Amino acid sequence: MKTKLVVQISRSLLIARWKQTLVAAVGVTFSITMFIALLSFMTGLNVLLDGLILNRVPHIRLYNDIKPNKDQPVTHDNAYKNSYHFISSVKAVNVRQEIRNSSAIIAYLKNSKNVLGVTPRVTTQVFFNDGNIDLNGMVQGLDPGQEDKLFHFDDYIISGSGADLLKIPNSIILGKSLADLLLADVGKVIQVTTTKGEIFQLKVVGLFQSGIQEYDKATSFASIGLVQKLLGKTGNYVTDIQIKLTDINNAPKTATVFARIFNTDAEDIQTANAQFETGSFIRTLISYVVGITVLIVAGFGIYNILNMMIYEKMDTIAILKATGFSGKDVQKIFLLIALVIGFSGGIAGLLLGFGLSLIIDQIPFVTPSLPTITTYPVNYDPWFYGIGIVFSLVTTFMAGWFPSRKASRVDPVVIIRGK
Amino acid sequence: MGKIILEARHINKDFNDPVRVSVLSDINFSITDGEFVSVTGKSGCGKSTLLYILSTMDTDYEGELWIDGESTENKREEQLARIRNKKIGFVFQFHYLLKEFTVLQNVMLPGLKLNEYPENEIEHRAMEKLKILGIEHLALKNANLISGGEKQRVAIARALINDPMIIMGDEPTGNLDKKNSEIVFDTFKNLAREYNQTILIVTHDLKFASNTERNIEMEDGKIIHDNRLENLIK
Repeated sequence: MKTKLVVQISRSLLIARWKQTLVAAVGVTFSITMFIALLSFMTGLNVLLDGLILNRVPHIRLYNDIKPNKDQPVTHDNAYKNSYHFISSVKAVNVRQEIRNSSAIIAYLKNSKNVLGVTPRVTTQVFFNDGNIDLNGMVQGLDPGQEDKLFHFDDYIISGSGADLLKIPNSIILGKSLADLLLADVGKVIQVTTTKGEIFQLKVVGLFQSGIQEYDKATSFASIGLVQKLLGKTGNYVTDIQIKLTDINNAPKTATVFARIFNTDAEDIQTANAQFETGSFIRTLISYVVGITVLIVAGFGIYNILNMMIYEKMDTIAILKATGFSGKDVQKIFLLIALVIGFSGGIAGLLLGFGLSLIIDQIPFVTPSLPTITTYPVNYDPWFYGIGIVFSLVTTFMAGWFPSRKASRVDPVVIIRGK
Repeated sequence: MGKIILEARHINKDFNDPVRVSVLSDINFSITDGEFVSVTGKSGCGKSTLLYILSTMDTDYEGELWIDGESTENKREEQLARIRNKKIGFVFQFHYLLKEFTVLQNVMLPGLKLNEYPENEIEHRAMEKLKILGIEHLALKNANLISGGEKQRVAIARALINDPMIIMGDEPTGNLDKKNSEIVFDTFKNLAREYNQTILIVTHDLKFASNTERNIEMEDGKIIHDNRLENLIK
């Protein structure tokens, strides 16, 4: 049968009961709207939560771990080569924390194709002196420019400026909680004692808030040069090299390669933060389950309305069949009706969902742990819109399939003689 | 005598609800080109059942049905739909127009389904059919905004749109007042006489039946009189 005729009949049936059509389409619209808004909002939150850790954690960290030497005398003895070695009371050796030949490694990594960026760090323990109390803490020496580029360092500085670390000599950025304990603020001078007992006066140029209380209580940042000075080391002393890759998924593989090449320890992000991967996956799963449930419920709505429509149109179906339309033709007509409802409702749903996402994006969301966030996060991933429209068509097709099959099996004799 | 258009051979039909009841038993007859036939009988004699079997809509029977020299046995639903579309025009007791469409669209639909002519040609033909029935002024009205007699005439125009070999009517005047009945009957008669249209009408209106060329009388699922046969014997 000509498609044009199917379209013509479907259109007339749709228009004849436009209120019912509208209700069905609104059902789809509502569910798609909710699907888009829910997923955008939930994955927006997901990205935010993941970003809390993943953004500021390097994909690969090169360092020297303190651990027992694997190379024990017994392993050198050929007599025990194929035996299992039991060695008790092995002690960790005092390895050098410094990464050997760090400047060459950094230069090499900067030229690597799959490396997005590299930045060195020097870390040391210090005591923050406040009257007669000594607070234990860490000072991380870093390059503020690179850190901001790779790990959004400036996003977490709530007052002052990261770049001041380089401009002002003997300056430090304190974690917010640590600063509260020390009653320090930007511009004040605090006193630290190094592990070697030397005392330094450092000027606070900024406050840092990561959102993780324990971290903010014990962490501070300074320039690499200053930390090398605190440690009494030379200018090429580096304890950590932080690497960001172009593709985070390559991290575990690349880490083992780097560990072998540079003869250091290498830790990848997946190993260091396995719980975030799991959490993120579960949250995404839940978002999709909720979204798809909404769509299926809408599908049942469409099913009901089409079923009702078919009961109302029994006469029409019977007459179409009596005048020479086959069951297949009738089925096509009702399937087309279902798809039109699904498509128009779906498109409207996408637009409204986008609108609702925009509104959510404007709602203020202020939390002390996330200084850079002012409104609820929304993820405008075009994927959701694709899934939304495909799913609206699939559910309406399924919801239209059974009623339309029923319509195709209507026996015209029963309807016509039953009058 | 003209070509045989429709032939029933040994048609039997039973209902099995709740006990086996024979509705039609051993129906044999044929209709030739240009005949105006009426089927009469009391309520429940099986005349409507027979008509729906002849129309190919009811396929649950025993025996053979030949339409235009072709057996309908073992034909798929789609093929039967095509036969109905092309060769049979149907007029029901209740108007059965599609109320979602205009009068003209109602008449055109079977033509569009058959798809043998372009749309504007079908429209032209539909207008012609409406003219034959004298209702061309209603063409653009909505189908549920016209009177009962007019609806039935529109239904006849729709039955004519594909120039069917036979028009079947199930009590086409059963739901109309006297005046409209006469108009509809005259319409059929006119079609039979002037256009040599083959017509088969089921009715319990004896006056209607007595005016047709041939009358088949049924009782308890059997043909008891076939008026043409008697004429031939005389």
